[in-house]
Amino acid sequence: MSTEAHAVDQSTLAADWGGGTFPYHVGHKKLGMWLFIVSDAMTFSALLIGYSYVRASSDEWPAPFHFYPSVVFSTVMTLCLLASSFTMVMAVGASARRDKRAARRWIMLTMLGGLTFLVLHLYEWYHLIHDYGLKPFSLPAEWAREWPNAPPLFGACFFTITGLHMFHVLTGVIYLGWIAFKIRRVRHEDVEVSGLYWHFVDLVWMFVFPLIYLMSVYAE
Amino acid sequence: MAEAETIHDVIQPAAAHAHAPSVAAHHHGPPTGFIRKYIFSVDHKVIGIQYLLLAMAAVLVGMLLSVLMRMNLTWPGTAWPLLEILFPIGAKGGVMTPEFYLSLVTMHGTMMVFFVLTTAPQGGFGNYFLPIQIGAEDMAFPTLNMLSFWVTFVGFVALIAAAFVEGGGPTGGWTGYPTLSAIGGKLNVPGMGSAQNLWWNGQNLWIISIAIFCVASLLGALNFITTLLNMRTRGMSLMRMPLTCWSWFTTAILALLAFPVLLAAGVLLFLDRTADTSFFVPGGLSDGTRVLTEHNGGSPILWQHLFWFFGHPEVYIAILPGMGVTSHVLSTFARKPVFGYRAMVFAMFAIGLLGFFVWGHHMFLSGMSPYTGMAFSVLTLTIGVPSAIKTFNWIGTLWGGRIRFTTPMLFAIGFVSLFVAGGVTGIVLGQTSLDLSMHDTYFVLGHFHLVMGVAAIFGMFAGTYFWFPKMFGRMMSERLGKIHFWPTFIGVYAIFIPFHIMGIVGMPRRYASFEEYEFLRVLDPVVLFVTIAVIITVAAQFLFWYNFFWSIWKGEPAGDNPWEATTLEWSTSSPPPHDNFGGRVLTVYRGPYEFAVPGAPDDYVMQTTPDAAEENQSPLVQGGSEISGNGHNGHKH
Repeated sequence: MSTEAHAVDQSTLAADWGGGTFPYHVGHKKLGMWLFIVSDAMTFSALLIGYSYVRASSDEWPAPFHFYPSVVFSTVMTLCLLASSFTMVMAVGASARRDKRAARRWIMLTMLGGLTFLVLHLYEWYHLIHDYGLKPFSLPAEWAREWPNAPPLFGACFFTITGLHMFHVLTGVIYLGWIAFKIRRVRHEDVEVSGLYWHFVDLVWMFVFPLIYLMSVYAE
Repeated sequence: MAEAETIHDVIQPAAAHAHAPSVAAHHHGPPTGFIRKYIFSVDHKVIGIQYLLLAMAAVLVGMLLSVLMRMNLTWPGTAWPLLEILFPIGAKGGVMTPEFYLSLVTMHGTMMVFFVLTTAPQGGFGNYFLPIQIGAEDMAFPTLNMLSFWVTFVGFVALIAAAFVEGGGPTGGWTGYPTLSAIGGKLNVPGMGSAQNLWWNGQNLWIISIAIFCVASLLGALNFITTLLNMRTRGMSLMRMPLTCWSWFTTAILALLAFPVLLAAGVLLFLDRTADTSFFVPGGLSDGTRVLTEHNGGSPILWQHLFWFFGHPEVYIAILPGMGVTSHVLSTFARKPVFGYRAMVFAMFAIGLLGFFVWGHHMFLSGMSPYTGMAFSVLTLTIGVPSAIKTFNWIGTLWGGRIRFTTPMLFAIGFVSLFVAGGVTGIVLGQTSLDLSMHDTYFVLGHFHLVMGVAAIFGMFAGTYFWFPKMFGRMMSERLGKIHFWPTFIGVYAIFIPFHIMGIVGMPRRYASFEEYEFLRVLDPVVLFVTIAVIITVAAQFLFWYNFFWSIWKGEPAGDNPWEATTLEWSTSSPPPHDNFGGRVLTVYRGPYEFAVPGAPDDYVMQTTPDAAEENQSPLVQGGSEISGNGHNGHKH
């Protein structure tokens, strides 16, 4: 092969999309996680659109969340997740500097944020189920009196959507725990990928919070 | 290890443009134990064959179910003693009950759509040949790949189990429409469960099976996309990929976006059934004498929206790989480049994209606003444009070719024929005014069986006959293949063209018997004709199975490149070694369909062949950027 022809060929091969390299400059895991996020976003979209559909087509919808405890709790929960996203950014930053100890510390703080969210959320569930008597298939009698034309779907939507989100947070905490545990042996990209997942779970909450909570605040 | 942990190691692992082969460095050697080698294998080739075998089992079941359906339609009320042994309740005394017929319909549809049309073309051929055709050693996530298959298998077992649990198979149809699917159990509809049988009933197992399948498919899809983007070998730019790879890529994108929506819908339906929620059940459901349930506030139309948002892309998931295989096979045996390679790629993406905006055409009769119906109708008809581009390009590929009528070629031509024949009736059904009378008749059955059922199956046949030598190192019998082709090709038309006639007369789908409908009496001879055609066509398929299994052991040795084809799978041995290329890292120099290149020594030039013309800087090489791969450059000079 002449050197001239070789040069031409190299220009093909050297292109980002010419094969033999990662076109987005990200490894398999990171690309795979992005794709998973796209897919999971479709699942949550379907649920949130389903919720919007039944809510919009109902004559009435309960707005039962009082300032205390529900709005206060859910705001604190939101702050927990926002803070945990911040600590996750710090973890990824530390990992990029190859400061594994700091990375582990920040990841554990992130997990703490996630766990606090979970505990508060479970308390919220307990409060709604125990104190009000909210069920997936019926409204509490008190709500049914106040919103007589509301269908019994409030609990169904609330428990399904927040339940699936909680499951994602729980999975995320376990995932981060595994990364923190193996921090000395995982690559930087693995930390980044776990961060992607965590930010995604937080982002989902930023849709769930207004749609589920803020749109159902009790008009005092 | 710590040494290697710089960011650069991770984000530019290929040492990219040098000659290091590390994009897909194969860290594990070939497995030795039987279980690791054939059962829980992480080798994409073994997994691909596993998917194919699963689909072959599923298609056998689905086909026999359709024979049972035809038997009941043609000779209603007849006792079939053998049937009672298998289904003592559904076919008491050997006579099929109407509910049993409905469960046959449901199982046939679900089996075929999910475990055949989705499993074989994508999971089977895609798994086996996508990595090889892009020059990779395996998928990006081999273990995930193995899990995808075994999760799919669990879904298959759950679906089979659904037919045998107490109460019988699910009766909701493959679309699982509420309110029947949601509250059928409360009314003791067979297959739908009952107050005592809240969990292990046919419909629940159906939902579980579908949900499992969704998870497996979306994991498979992200694996495919990652592999295709990240693991192409040196020189394999996107526009040098075979059209098969483009079709698997498009299909994977559709699967990634569509299956999660069905998953969400499935979760909601499951909750409606087991937790008494009312997502899909409106209030005041009545049988005319009393209100049937306590449910209130939901909407069965919501299910239809969610289901068909998945369901329409799903039909492209089934057909697109067939389009890829057809393009590939037509070009190879016409000994010509694919006509309009770039147009083919864009048409495929256009079909995939439009497929997400036309789900409403399944719901024209749901009471939607006529304006909405109009919008869905216009978008639906728009799909005719890229479909026509593909069809004309296939014909353009054949035009003036030196055609070799091998068995895969026959099936590929058959695919084009069926795609056109089934596609034109899509134009009929896509119009709201016509669909009003055609909806839920046999006309619809004729349409979708031809265009996405049988055409996709023909794509699989073409793929099987074409790639069998690569997968097993031996040729399938050409003589048997041709004997298989003709009754199949004529048979499917003999079955499905009469369907259109029945539909126009007004025969509704999913009815177990038409005895009570005087106006359908005129169709009796047609019904009988179809059933005979079904029996002959089904019988012909056993030739295929015989050919397949006989050839695995007794076929003639194939050699590396029996078809004189150009793409990467033909530059390795048959079957390929564990890492596909025996440690070689291939470099790709040209597009995938360089047949009949002027000045070349043979009538085909493999993608791995460095061109002698390179030395003189011919246009063939100068266009060595992404756009060079359309296979037409060879004709420019």
